[in-house]
Amino acid sequence: MTRSLSLKTMLPDTFQVKHLLSNAFLLALLLPFAAFAQSRGLEIDIVGGNASAMPIAVVTMPYQGAGTPPPTDVASVVRADLARSGQFRPMPDTEMGAQRPTRGSEIDFGFWQQAKQNYVVVGRVLDAADGAYRVEYELFDIGKNRLLAFALTARANAMRDVSHQVADAIYEKITGVRGAFWTRIAYITASGLGKDTRYALMVADADGYNPQTVVRSDKPLLSPSWSPDGRKLAYVSFERGNSSIIIQDIATSARETVAGFKGINGAPSFSPDGRKLAMALSKSGNPEIYVMDLGSRALTQLTNQFGIDTEPTWSADSSLIYFTSDRGGKPQIYQVSAGGGSASRVSFQGGYNAKVTVSYDGKKLAMAQGSGNVYRIAMLDRSLGSPRWSMLSPGSLDESPSFAPNASMVLYAAREGRRGVLYAVSADARVRQRLVLANGDVREPAWGPYRLPR
Amino acid sequence: MNTTTRVLITAILCVTAVACTKKVKEDPDTSATDSTNSGTTTNTGTGTVTDNGPIRTGAYGPGDLDTDGCLRQRVVYFDLDQDALKPEFQNIVACHAKYLRDRPSARMTLEGNADERGSREYNVGLGERRGNAVSSSVQANGGSGGQISVVSYGEERPTCTDSSEDCWSRNRRVEIVYTAK
Repeated sequence: MTRSLSLKTMLPDTFQVKHLLSNAFLLALLLPFAAFAQSRGLEIDIVGGNASAMPIAVVTMPYQGAGTPPPTDVASVVRADLARSGQFRPMPDTEMGAQRPTRGSEIDFGFWQQAKQNYVVVGRVLDAADGAYRVEYELFDIGKNRLLAFALTARANAMRDVSHQVADAIYEKITGVRGAFWTRIAYITASGLGKDTRYALMVADADGYNPQTVVRSDKPLLSPSWSPDGRKLAYVSFERGNSSIIIQDIATSARETVAGFKGINGAPSFSPDGRKLAMALSKSGNPEIYVMDLGSRALTQLTNQFGIDTEPTWSADSSLIYFTSDRGGKPQIYQVSAGGGSASRVSFQGGYNAKVTVSYDGKKLAMAQGSGNVYRIAMLDRSLGSPRWSMLSPGSLDESPSFAPNASMVLYAAREGRRGVLYAVSADARVRQRLVLANGDVREPAWGPYRLPR
Repeated sequence: MNTTTRVLITAILCVTAVACTKKVKEDPDTSATDSTNSGTTTNTGTGTVTDNGPIRTGAYGPGDLDTDGCLRQRVVYFDLDQDALKPEFQNIVACHAKYLRDRPSARMTLEGNADERGSREYNVGLGERRGNAVSSSVQANGGSGGQISVVSYGEERPTCTDSSEDCWSRNRRVEIVYTAK
């Protein structure tokens, strides 16, 4: 019922239908979550579903204070977060009937057991000092064990942040992996055509809400890279005619050009300690990989090879730099010691591999893989003896993968018709979430670090 | 039920249609042949340069940039993943080289571009290679390297945004821009 309804509403956009159908046939399941809300630049819907995901009931957390209710439905944000991880299957609110417990003592475990739920989350929103709100919540397993009981306080404008933190705590308690819902993403938007195109570097919550413009330009902007503390972005701007690499503080907008050499100044990537910036420069005649010490601005050249070497990315332990090179003919992923030396090829499947992203533990590499005219996001998992490849996206022009800081999801860019859209796909490829900009093109997503260091 | 079936059938037809329209010509030779056969006009990219006859023997002046049939051509197109200058563009390169020779104060920027396929930064590299290929050829024809600069926009400045071979072939290009005449 809901399925045909969802297909109907999607019908006008044939590309969307194609994606939806391929998923429907592949998984024989659709979870049409309509995550509509205020103050967002990106439209969100989940395509695909995961029958083996863990069932969890997140009961609506009512406002029990005396003032104005908060603008955010905490439970629905938590449900949406857990759903797009691919690991959870939150029970729809509409199936909970009259069951509305707000604290542990009110839970009728028989009902949730009957509903085949593994976990139940209950909570409520109360008033806190100075017009803020206090969210109290508890997580139970179906065996009546209380796994979590927390309270968080926030002002109205931070209630989505609090909701993501609730989802993170639940995710970590159940999966053992730190949650990454309370994180931000950067991306580039473009509108217009040719020389009239206008570009913007944006930052938003990981679910696409609360978009902020970091910088606008009438010249191309590309390749945003987060500093590990989440305060700065390095990116490429053509505002001076040629490309240059700029580092900008997100909160203060203070910016400085760190590379403006003759030729290409491209593909910046912060080292895990934030002190160095890897980049591609063609000042020697063709693009080579360099590392800049951000303190002294001294450059170390890591590659010296006829051919295009670009898109450097650090390994989590800073010892290696992965990059794209066409030294063997077509672009492939190579690695080189961060101190220099000879490079070795990493990708041996697919005719075209580029723009690698590395998981926090260094075990997984995701990249844009091309075969003929089809470009998909491929993942190379090296955690189990022999390397194993899997496809995370259906194509046909998918690019710019970026791992979430906990590697549970990968953000990437795709084309639908004449415009770019973003997808967040679970690392098991089972659930994809689509983030669409209302007007224009969105591309080059970069998933930011955790908001709080641990 | 009936509605569901109908919706599904419609959807499948749509998918089939999309599959057909999205089918693209990988082989650059095929596309070149196609555009020649269909007599495509000058703005469709590969293999569509009109024959401008011999480059004129007298010295060029700034006014010729707007009037001379050869100098007015400012775009050089490339095959997929290639940076080799195709024979049909040698003539254009030669007349622009002659212009630089005749006008030592003239300066040109060669703007390299790529189609949308593949990674953006790699395409910046590819666009630069194409710009360098045109630059080398202009210099081989007597233009001075000091009069030429190369900038690559990669796939960031498309002239069209359809995902089709026709559009891709128009985006794989180097634009000759005079910054001083």
